[in-house]
Amino acid sequence: MRLRYLIPVLGFVVLFIGLAVGLTLKPREIPSALIGKPVPVFDLAPVKGRSIGLSTADLKLGTPVLVNVFASWCVPCRQEHPLFMELARTTDFKIYGLNQRDEPDDAARWLDAFGDPYDRTGADISGRTSIDWGVYGVPETFVVDGNGCIQYKHISVLTREILEEEILPRLRGEKHVPCEG
Amino acid sequence: MIPELGHFAVILALTVALAQGILPLIGAQRGIASLTAIARPAAVMQFLLIALAFIALTAAFVSSDFSVLNVWQNSHTDKPLLYKVSGVWGNHEGSLLLWVFILALFGAAVATLGNNLPTVLRTRVIAIQGLIGVGFLLLLVFLSNPFERVFPVPAQGNGLNPLLQDPGLAFHPPFLYIGYVGFSIAFSFAVAALIEGKVDAAWARWVRPWTLASWTALTIGIAMGSWWAYYELGWGGWWFWDPVENASFMPWLLGTALLHSAIVVEKRDSLKAWTVLLAILTFSFSLLGTFIVRSGVLTSVHAFATDPERGVFILAFLVVAIGGSLALYAWRAPALKGGGIFAPVSREGALVLNNLLLVAATSTVFIGTMYPLFLDAISGEKVTVGPPFFTATFVPLMVPLLAVMAIGPMMPWKRADLAGTLSRLKIAAALTVSVALVTLYLSGVDQILAVLGMALGAWLIFGAATDIAERTKLFRISIGESFRRAQNLPRSAWGGAIAHAGLGVAILGMTGTLSWETEQLQIMRPGDRVEIAGYELEFDGVEPVTGPNYDAVRGTFRIYRNGRLVDVMRPETRRFSDPPMVTTEAAIRPRNFGDLYAVVGESNGDGGYAARIYHKPMINWLWIGALLMAAGGLVSLTDRRLRVGAPARRAATASPDLRAQQRAT
Amino acid sequence: MRPKRRRLYFVLAGMAALGIAVALVLAAFEDNLVFFSSPTDVYARDLPSDRKFRLGGLVEEQSVKKSNDGLTTTFRITDLTSAVPVAYTGILPDLFREGQGVVTEGHLGPDGVFIAESVLAKHDENYMPPEVAEALKKSGQWKGAAQ
Repeated sequence: MRLRYLIPVLGFVVLFIGLAVGLTLKPREIPSALIGKPVPVFDLAPVKGRSIGLSTADLKLGTPVLVNVFASWCVPCRQEHPLFMELARTTDFKIYGLNQRDEPDDAARWLDAFGDPYDRTGADISGRTSIDWGVYGVPETFVVDGNGCIQYKHISVLTREILEEEILPRLRGEKHVPCEG
Repeated sequence: MIPELGHFAVILALTVALAQGILPLIGAQRGIASLTAIARPAAVMQFLLIALAFIALTAAFVSSDFSVLNVWQNSHTDKPLLYKVSGVWGNHEGSLLLWVFILALFGAAVATLGNNLPTVLRTRVIAIQGLIGVGFLLLLVFLSNPFERVFPVPAQGNGLNPLLQDPGLAFHPPFLYIGYVGFSIAFSFAVAALIEGKVDAAWARWVRPWTLASWTALTIGIAMGSWWAYYELGWGGWWFWDPVENASFMPWLLGTALLHSAIVVEKRDSLKAWTVLLAILTFSFSLLGTFIVRSGVLTSVHAFATDPERGVFILAFLVVAIGGSLALYAWRAPALKGGGIFAPVSREGALVLNNLLLVAATSTVFIGTMYPLFLDAISGEKVTVGPPFFTATFVPLMVPLLAVMAIGPMMPWKRADLAGTLSRLKIAAALTVSVALVTLYLSGVDQILAVLGMALGAWLIFGAATDIAERTKLFRISIGESFRRAQNLPRSAWGGAIAHAGLGVAILGMTGTLSWETEQLQIMRPGDRVEIAGYELEFDGVEPVTGPNYDAVRGTFRIYRNGRLVDVMRPETRRFSDPPMVTTEAAIRPRNFGDLYAVVGESNGDGGYAARIYHKPMINWLWIGALLMAAGGLVSLTDRRLRVGAPARRAATASPDLRAQQRAT
Repeated sequence: MRPKRRRLYFVLAGMAALGIAVALVLAAFEDNLVFFSSPTDVYARDLPSDRKFRLGGLVEEQSVKKSNDGLTTTFRITDLTSAVPVAYTGILPDLFREGQGVVTEGHLGPDGVFIAESVLAKHDENYMPPEVAEALKKSGQWKGAAQ
């Protein structure tokens, strides 16, 4: 008869397992259909105050690059920004910034204040290029191989863990996905 | 400087909470008076420190100190003072601080008001309250510091979401948290009772006011949230069964059950193990609600970045708090058996039925809320459990509950005569049947659910009235004598009747608006007229309006009744720039028997505007009913028996049989 | 014997309550679960036409058209691989735009057009607390005229 007093705690154990598994799930509402696809065709002027813009051709220069979608109005972008600064300081990987729907002055001020880790920037003022990239929210980060083929996409704030486990290997050419079409 | 002071106060509070949580427990176990003595001053100290931190954060918000990350993210210099203050808890870190603040407040309240509690019990309760505090303070210090600085200091803040800049929502979280956190006291009492292996009437008399107060606050909080959704979200919905709402609704349902089962413990010294379990579960669901809302496990839309570290921490905390207390329950609860015996048909029996139905209803809500998560975990399939699921499971369980609700309070303790009880309700039954018949006549047989709803609502109201009439012997003795009796009735009897009637009123409101709502949706050009529920609305066109921090388009509708102009309604669509967002400000014309609700939408580019007009019958009754329920809770709280001081005098005489049993086990 | 008897009643009542709850849940699950599909899933899965589900993706550029009465809107939802045509009658959420993320709930018509009963548009790409997110989600959720 004492066993019935165990029922609540057993129920909790089941719940705990569910929650624990739930926590490990990655948000993946709509998986990127662009992995293994060539980057869209675009050509953007640089963010105000910077001289080199960003276009499709810049993503086909033979070395893998990182494309980070950011905006000055985006709070989580600030959170991941130091990681890009660090990456720019300590490695030779190219980092490109896609500035989504920003006021030119705001974007420039933001980069001046917090540092500019980007080798190239593209000012996507209308947001159309981001749509072509399948960008859902800001921030998002893409890895593109040397032939302009999208290898990886990370949604929301970049963490050190993701950087080390998913992004750096791909920048080094590992886990390569062949390009369709 | 002030933010650092706040941060420092939080860290100090954590160390104090650790001392408060651990030392007195050891002291109580080993009988070391010097350690037990720490409990009370530590609880007060912890409260003062957290109050200091809370004031520091509020000061940062009020003075728009954007060097604090949290203020920069959530505030703006242009914001009215009210929303600067409510911005404190309009974000993750700040709301956590508010949570801890209320927790410490309640802990300190037990410490200062608990003179009449047995020392050991009081010590343990305060210690457990301290341990809960430790969990949240750890989260606050290590993973969610609200005082984090930014450098360089931004010139302007990001602003608060316009939807939240609303008086209804500004005070919604504090009420919810008082409710959630208040249940922690019942939880601490339950755990302390398990450690001691003793639950008696005095225990129940202590648990009940805290539960009542929390329940009342939660009722108000939920009602406010629902009311806000109604007028702010633009289509007049008032309940959505979404995870965040369910997270507050489940503790409310369980708290309601606890409220009732504690009566049985108090009056009849029975159902002890069950009541202790309910106390644990009620707070567990409050914690779980926090988990659901804070960790984002249930909101899969990626932009609302889930924070895995926080999630893992909260989960670990749940394991310690819920898993630990339930394990303690499995170990110690068998010792709590015994108590008054009663027949299935009795007041106790009715309360057991109430509990069973409430718990079953909570389970269905719980399954509906968690199922998407479990399915995702097992198969990766994304699924939504929508309102139809909840209607199909929750409502059928509520119908018998409501039917019994009017009868239960009329039954005597121990053993009741069902036929006799029902015969005392015959006037109420007759009135209920007439309400049902009138409804049937007015709305026809195809609206059978409306008839059922109206009948149940009426049954509750008339039942509550009968209860009071019976107790005051109304019409059987002179009016004056009845009046004197009414004054002498225990406040808890009044409170119960008011709350039950309030639920009846709310059910009438729900039924009315669900059954007879009408809506008109069309493109309107200036001069167009539309008829709804006996009103004629003429669209006058739109004009641009400039608000303090938004631009708006305002439509004008002239309301005619029987050809006479009675009112003008002006719904707006507002465009905010900081942060960029559009909100719909519906125009509402509330009346006793139905609101007119108008929304103006986008232009069709051709002089016409999409307009949506609703008539929402009796929707006001919903909020009035909720307020009555909360009022019932408050009236009950003023009951003499629940006042501080009463428990000690009764404790001495409580349940010798229990202690005998204790010795036997 | 009486306490035993009493316990029996309780156990029976408890089992009955539990049984009813389980039965209600199972019955409700049968009809009321709404699955989420991307446009690609729609073509891959071959869903029955009366089954309600959620369709999410981006509103395809230049696909939004208003009908003559001005209340019905047709557009296409795409996940950049495939696209599904959608029809919705009612006022669209304030931030419904081409190129924006959107989630709609409804069912597939016999002609392959998804008949949406509600349209839920995302309001802001920025991070926000889940409570706010939920609130926003609600504000975007319009009741369809069909209901």
